[in-house]
Amino acid sequence: MAIDPEKINVILATDCGSTTTKAILIQKINGEYRQTHRGEAPTTVEAPFEDVTMGVLNSVTEVGELAGRRLIDENGKIIRPATATEGCDIYISTSSAGGGLQMMVAGVVRKMTAESAERAALGAGSIVMDVICANDNRLPHEQIERIRQLRPDMILLSGGIDGGTKSHVVELAQVIAAANPRPRLGSDYKLPVIYAGNKDAREHIEEELAHKTELFVVDNLRPVLERENLAPAREKIHDLFMEHVMAQAPGYSKLMAMTDAPIMPTPAAVGDILQEIARQQGINAVAVDIGGATTDVFSVFDGEFNRTVSANLGMSYSISNVFAEAGLDNVMRWVPFDMDEVELRNSVKNKMIRPTTIPQDMESLIFEQAIAKEALRLAFIQHKSFATRLKGVQQQRTIGDTFDQSSSGETLVNMLKLDLLVASGGVLSHAPRMSQTALMLIDAFAPEGFTRLAKDSIFMMPHLGVTAQVHPKAATEVFEKDCLIYLGTVVAPTGAPKAGKETGSFEITFADGRVEKGALMAGEIKFFPLGAGETAKMTFSPARGLDVGGGKGAAVTREVHGGTVGLFLDGRGRPLELPTAVADRVRSLTAGMTTLDVYPASALTR
Amino acid sequence: MAHAYTPGLKVSTGYLLRKRRILPLRGDVSVTVGQTVLPDDVVARTALPGNAKLVNVAGLLSISPEEVKDAMLKKPGDPVTEGDVIATAKSFFGLFKSVAKADMTGTIEDVNAVTGQVLLRGAPIPVEVRAYVRGTVTEIVPSEGCVVETFGTFVQGIFGIGGETHGRVAMACSSPSQHLTDDLIKPEHKGCVVVGGNLVTAKALKKAIQIGVKAVVSGGFHDQDLKEFLGYDLGVAITGHEKLGVTLVVTEGFGEIDMARKTFDLLAAHVGEECSVNGATQIRAGVIRPEVVIPAPSAKVAATGDTGPKPLEIGSVIRIIRSPYFGRIGKVALLPSEPTVLGSESRARILHVRLENDTEDRVVPRANVEMIED
Repeated sequence: MAIDPEKINVILATDCGSTTTKAILIQKINGEYRQTHRGEAPTTVEAPFEDVTMGVLNSVTEVGELAGRRLIDENGKIIRPATATEGCDIYISTSSAGGGLQMMVAGVVRKMTAESAERAALGAGSIVMDVICANDNRLPHEQIERIRQLRPDMILLSGGIDGGTKSHVVELAQVIAAANPRPRLGSDYKLPVIYAGNKDAREHIEEELAHKTELFVVDNLRPVLERENLAPAREKIHDLFMEHVMAQAPGYSKLMAMTDAPIMPTPAAVGDILQEIARQQGINAVAVDIGGATTDVFSVFDGEFNRTVSANLGMSYSISNVFAEAGLDNVMRWVPFDMDEVELRNSVKNKMIRPTTIPQDMESLIFEQAIAKEALRLAFIQHKSFATRLKGVQQQRTIGDTFDQSSSGETLVNMLKLDLLVASGGVLSHAPRMSQTALMLIDAFAPEGFTRLAKDSIFMMPHLGVTAQVHPKAATEVFEKDCLIYLGTVVAPTGAPKAGKETGSFEITFADGRVEKGALMAGEIKFFPLGAGETAKMTFSPARGLDVGGGKGAAVTREVHGGTVGLFLDGRGRPLELPTAVADRVRSLTAGMTTLDVYPASALTR
Repeated sequence: MAHAYTPGLKVSTGYLLRKRRILPLRGDVSVTVGQTVLPDDVVARTALPGNAKLVNVAGLLSISPEEVKDAMLKKPGDPVTEGDVIATAKSFFGLFKSVAKADMTGTIEDVNAVTGQVLLRGAPIPVEVRAYVRGTVTEIVPSEGCVVETFGTFVQGIFGIGGETHGRVAMACSSPSQHLTDDLIKPEHKGCVVVGGNLVTAKALKKAIQIGVKAVVSGGFHDQDLKEFLGYDLGVAITGHEKLGVTLVVTEGFGEIDMARKTFDLLAAHVGEECSVNGATQIRAGVIRPEVVIPAPSAKVAATGDTGPKPLEIGSVIRIIRSPYFGRIGKVALLPSEPTVLGSESRARILHVRLENDTEDRVVPRANVEMIED
């Protein structure tokens, strides 16, 4: 629906999450768009309330009550257009209810077309349940059995460059046809399959799949080895998400009729807004959303966007899996005191089986935040290994590249070039102290060089992503003014500092002319108050072998931004190394936490 | 706004339970409305398409994929037995004959001229859905299954492992605060659903498997023992598929926790009676909890089905489900509406509770309690 953006004064946006539906109101105030009110209600996609619009209307009602603005009429319809006291001009929504969009992807070679297909699916906001490929070390009957078990919402099939070999991709189509897969939702319709592979194989793919599945053919997502063309596959995934998957979910046909723009999968909306901001500000950014079941990581480096979903890393449903994957020692290295293993294991499982509980005492909070650091760390490792340059591409090298060791498949995530790290999700957004959020980000992501830290104030990035589809100006204004809470900046030299030695020297000139100078010792964390909206000029001269972005040993001068916490100097080295001896580790943790005022002193001296 | 507390697990007598017994694919329903069924009765059956295997005929015969169709001795739809020759080709001026054989019994489904592969489909795999509980069929879902209704006692657990089973109720512990150790599992418990107290040990579960116990119900269980028993560290709470030889239902949580007195007494009141147990647990959207069902078809119905969660009120009986008072039971004394700062410095809505055997009220976040429902 074409709406003149100039005439839009009130925007209503909802995000139907798996447990909660969140509504926000954006209003034009004195010529600029601001997020004004927020409401929430339980998502209603399960018995006895199998209609998502009930939760939507409940959350909108709450926003309306808080705003003193009637948004729903007596017939349960959202009032449009807005008047001075009623309604909104547009209503838009994202959704991850019912488990979001769950896909399988298939490609011929794991590190090449299959990975491109996975990138397309993840970028479109889906959870990739499995990747089937010719070289995944599974026999065809094992692949067939796997497809049958998983019952995805749709399958993306790719393989072969245009004009290349056909047989491998047709073999994959045979495997899919043999599995004769049933979709997860609804037993009466055929499973959508998108073919985005070698165009010369289309006819054969149709022969195999057209009668057993709902087959859609789009342009090859890897037409030549050196280039990806993910947009056609992503767009088709979005279309099918609306037409097939959402239409099967309870109440979604009603919701689709209510919205003024297509419903987007929640993660796709978050990805869109992050890309928009990175583009506008010309920065490299990473955002993370840690939920109860999954952790999503989004990155934009040099304009290239990547998203990964760590399906079983989360803080409630998946907390036990974080513990199992990270291991007890890795979790405990963030806890500044000893805890009994049997008791710890039981407490993790009890959180898993009763996921809505919250830490009542400080010990539980410290332990939960320690697990969060590991969930984030593991999710970021997965992201870095996935967000890579195209693999399998032969590179032409000149004599000038002799000492450049970069190769195909190298990660795009260069922490020394990261400008902004954004946190969202309950454990990060609702941490009682902002310094806790900052320390979770620093410990888990180990930013290098100069990095600004921020958090999504009320997790409105999904709403802003979908708003960007219809009104980019409103979305970016709200993102800057109301969405992000800047925590401050962290400066961390990369490399292995020598114990007891300096990692470098610093000089900070504050706006009032005050100057702080000193040395940052190995293992030390220093903190300087620098408020939101304030800046300072800082020069960091790293010790030999260490780097803050200017090269090893080279001094860097930058303007650093403050925030609700301030300016951190982290001398623990990168990769982050904590002392191995328990007493040393506890001493070092306690010192850092005390400096940053992360927990009350009484909690650290038990 | 949502109720800021967890509705408790059901522990009820005189309960009307409706169980949907549905096939994974469309099939045939073998019962009629009004029919009385026993746990092992088949109520619906279907056949899944058989297993599939791809035979690389082009490779086996050293011919090009386009030549495979001509080399085939069987065509799509033809039945084959394992070892049957399905295609042949002559090579080296006709001196040698290569053959491709079926490596499974089934039918030829597809011959592909691009890949040179032949798809073999095995015999359909029968799938049966059983009644699971003793009761009456009250509704038929055409081509999918039915609803079995039963009256009786219903106990929901918090976590379980192992699938559906049934047996007679037997008490192995004399109090809800007693450990269920291996020496308390006796030969006479064979085929029974054995009820313990505050903790079952991994050793006791292993003994239960040896004896042939169908299921164990316990208040608590150590995660360390779960890891030992399963042989792996359970990451995500999706269970029920384990084939360990016994089903486990934990009623309260992980650790040493007394089984709720009401649960223990209810189970004790039905010693010797037939009950159905399912350990399947899914803690995700669409949560599934383990359960114990003791049908009593002749009993009067005091309560029926789900009536939705009751509101939390002063006087409501609750269980605390997180430290520092984990597992304790008490009555709500006060429900202040304003959020309060907790010991963790988080702001949350709280309640005041008078715990059993306590003399003062304690403050607990509403998110950390569950109702003990009737």
